[in-house]
Amino acid sequence: MNTPPTPSSSNRREGPPADRFSILRPPSPPIRRARHRTVLPGFGISAAITSLMIVALVVIPLAVLILRAASLGPAGFLAAAWTPRARAAYAVSLGSSLTAAVISSLLGLLVAWVLVRLEFPGRRILDALVDVPLALPTAVAGLVYSTLYVEKGWLGQWLVPMGIKGAYSLLGIVLVLVFVSLPFAIRVVQPVIESLDKDTEEAARLLGASRSQTFFRVVLPGILPAVVTGFALALARALGEYGSVVFISGNMPFKTEIAPVLIVSRLEEFAYAEATAIAVVLLGMSLSMLVVVNVLQQRLVRNAQ
Amino acid sequence: MTSKPRHAATATSPLGMLLITGAVATVGLLIVAPLASVFVDAFSNGPQAWWEALAHDPDTRHAIWLSLTVAPIAVLINTIFGVAAAWLVARFRFPGRSLLVSLFDVPFSVSPVVAGLALVLIFGRQGLLGPTLAWLAVKVIFAWPGLVLATTFVTLPLVVRELIPVMEAIGPEEEMAAVSLGANGWQVFWRVTLPNIRWALLHGVVLANARAMGEFGAVYVVSGHIAGATDTMPLRVEKLFQEYRTPASMAVASVLAALALLTLVAKVFIERQLETESQELEAARAPGADTDPTTGGLGP
Repeated sequence: MNTPPTPSSSNRREGPPADRFSILRPPSPPIRRARHRTVLPGFGISAAITSLMIVALVVIPLAVLILRAASLGPAGFLAAAWTPRARAAYAVSLGSSLTAAVISSLLGLLVAWVLVRLEFPGRRILDALVDVPLALPTAVAGLVYSTLYVEKGWLGQWLVPMGIKGAYSLLGIVLVLVFVSLPFAIRVVQPVIESLDKDTEEAARLLGASRSQTFFRVVLPGILPAVVTGFALALARALGEYGSVVFISGNMPFKTEIAPVLIVSRLEEFAYAEATAIAVVLLGMSLSMLVVVNVLQQRLVRNAQ
Repeated sequence: MTSKPRHAATATSPLGMLLITGAVATVGLLIVAPLASVFVDAFSNGPQAWWEALAHDPDTRHAIWLSLTVAPIAVLINTIFGVAAAWLVARFRFPGRSLLVSLFDVPFSVSPVVAGLALVLIFGRQGLLGPTLAWLAVKVIFAWPGLVLATTFVTLPLVVRELIPVMEAIGPEEEMAAVSLGANGWQVFWRVTLPNIRWALLHGVVLANARAMGEFGAVYVVSGHIAGATDTMPLRVEKLFQEYRTPASMAVASVLAALALLTLVAKVFIERQLETESQELEAARAPGADTDPTTGGLGP
């Protein structure tokens, strides 16, 4: 079928880095071509399959979780979700996730910048290795990190005598959370650095701006929204992480116990009410992250246009 | 510092070298060192011990078998869902469409542990459907159907998110042409849509499979963690570690790590294909391109 080129055809997928991981893509733009009455078949069956799956797997389970928590009543909910041990777990979860997301964002900006702007041998391999944490099971990551940083481990034999305990400590939690969240921070920023206009930077330099002035006044404003989005994604990922943390944290209540670990241990004691209440608090934290990410992405898309 | 105004940093400038060193150190210490140590530790007692840890432990064998069963079922369900949902969203307009698209992403931001708990609250013995399931003598929680449900939940967005942008980019023209020439729905799908989206679909399937094989939190909660019955490979890694059998645990971990590396190689290859196809599409749509459908504007 011969169609005249439409303006939208140039505005399709944004090249490889943005497509690396679909999660990192900005929300899909509204369809532009489906204006005319469609003659395509399959609306009924695709709508049936989609809504069945979404309702059965996403809507009902989360609704049941929230209703279960609501059935405790405000006082019962607080008593279950706001115990000293639970409060300590939220603090550990939030503190270590925030720290990890900040570190991931900074390191992610560095790695993304180097991958886009600098040409050096091994760049493509480095680029591919960035995705390892997304493909490697988190249990494997947790296992390996805990063996690397214990006293006799590869890194622990140097670090532990220096007083740096990377296993069974808060530092260990932050380390694995940086591992799992780093690709998110890199892959969101990378396409935005690619799309930056180098001429503006050159103009700034020619007009006498120093390197740091160019970076902070010209480059940073352009990539900041992406950095913040990467930060929010990394934070959301870190908040929910369980598999890797359970290996390395030692799971000491009040010290290195994160909220998901507390949920599991309550569940194993068949304390369903308490597990549910804590889960709803955690769900609230991560869903508010999702809202933040969406708002930021929309602003990002609008700014780019 | 104004003597080199053209670029902020090149690979050979001191700042460039410093930045590269920082990036390589970051990836090396955080990603490569752990990955390498899995294989070194797994083979530290020789390949013989590695093989025995995997093949001679019935619980480990069962875990490998269970993972190889549960992951493909979950991936298959998500492939069907992904194709249907992408077709719905990319080809039709209806009220609630954008709400639906944002629901696709919810599993990414829900902790897998919370997802597992929600399934327990529905299907568990004291759950919503518990009495009904007991009456039917169907076991979901602490059995493989629960594992499939949990794995399907965590991998839900992966295929659909891959397909929507590609299907929107390709547009409905070819499919509408097929319909107007008398093709029925299945013919349109098999002959027009599927060939167009095959690499994107494969990309999604590879990613979903990697996530499915490696899922821990959600599966941990619904499995009951019963050795030889509901332990998948990642759960087996943890169980062996808890039993102070770290070498055996590393052996299982090395299989999962090898699988992750394979996934990455496949991903790089598929991305190259996707890149080529999107360039071809661009060329075909470029103004002045040969729009004869027989050459599609691709040939010289």
